[in-house]
Amino acid sequence: MTTSYSPGTVWAVVLVVGIATYGIRLSFLYLFGRVESVPPRVRTALRYVPPAVFAALVVPRVVTVEPTLAATLFDERLVAGVLAGVVAWRTGDIALTVVVGMGALWLLRFVVLA
Amino acid sequence: MRGSSPLRSLPRSVPSLPLADLRAGARDAVPIILGIVPFGLVAGYAALEAGFSPLQAVGMSVLVFAGASQLATIELLGSDAPLAVAVLTAVVINLRMLMYSASIAPYFRSFRTRTKAGLAYVLTDQSYAISLAAYRDPDREVDRRAYYLGVGLAVWTSWQVATAAGVLLGTGVPPEWGLSFAAPLVFLALLIPAVEDRPSVAAAVVGGGVALLARGAPYDSGLLVGGLAGVVAGVAVERATGVDVGGSDGDLPGHGPGHDGDRSRTSAEDRGRVPGDDHSRAPGDDRSRGDAE
Repeated sequence: MTTSYSPGTVWAVVLVVGIATYGIRLSFLYLFGRVESVPPRVRTALRYVPPAVFAALVVPRVVTVEPTLAATLFDERLVAGVLAGVVAWRTGDIALTVVVGMGALWLLRFVVLA
Repeated sequence: MRGSSPLRSLPRSVPSLPLADLRAGARDAVPIILGIVPFGLVAGYAALEAGFSPLQAVGMSVLVFAGASQLATIELLGSDAPLAVAVLTAVVINLRMLMYSASIAPYFRSFRTRTKAGLAYVLTDQSYAISLAAYRDPDREVDRRAYYLGVGLAVWTSWQVATAAGVLLGTGVPPEWGLSFAAPLVFLALLIPAVEDRPSVAAAVVGGGVALLARGAPYDSGLLVGGLAGVVAGVAVERATGVDVGGSDGDLPGHGPGHDGDRSRTSAEDRGRVPGDDHSRAPGDDRSRGDAE
């Protein structure tokens, strides 16, 4: 999918995200001494940002809901994603995860289901 | 000197920045860079596919320098999501760096504000996790600024090069290869180590499930809604089960809020790092800590 936003708009978004991200990075480095630390409640919530957000990024791109259960389960993306998930779990290696996942996708797409 | 390569020795005249520690940091970052490269390749390629110019793709890596949020922003802009949703989603993803900032701040407290402002730019999952491990190692005495900069510059450089390579290599790959599928695969590799106990399982299941159900949600807000729902679920399960993993860490330096998030993001990327970490420092290379300022 290609964006319909103008190049200027894309730059503006990049800039705003960049400034916000830098502000987050600098926050406590700068405030240290004035604000001692993150309040415990906030800290608890922040702890669950990575699992929640990463899952929210992964699941809709790997799972495709089809009319039948079989079609849903044997979708090429889901099968490739599960294989890659096993590799990620066993090895913790990003590169290997991507290679196995893409390899499985291509195998299914161009060989098995072709 | 901050822009120089950390890997080659700089002129000996550079004062107050011990080069051995700069190099030690860069060296300790090498195993992690192996994980950064494919991520950066994907970020470069995905940006092009979403209609970014090559300059925008690389410019984003320089200005934002935070891979997960970059990929999310790229995808959201690519699907013409409202700008507020794109920005807000990126901010939520990067909020975890609040924890790193708070956790590493005590080690930087004696630096000038200007120094802190520079160091903040290269604060990442990786530079945080590696530096903190070195700071907390009782057998190591590293110049904090130099070591951190060594890690940070190595990570920064590899991220920029990988993004640019992704832009160059990605052009001309036919769309039916589905190369954009590499992006969720990267997130999958980040997700697995982040799921380590019942509350984080709940956060992932609810986050992923809600995002899936909300895929058709207005304004492409599925990711944002799913992420927030997942966080709420994680907190709720933590309360219900009495597992107090995040809240009772105390505020001791290096023992602060970042340590959970750090483990969740980097344990996979780091797995090969720990042994090398211990040997990377030359014997007899003692040096006082870098809080001279």
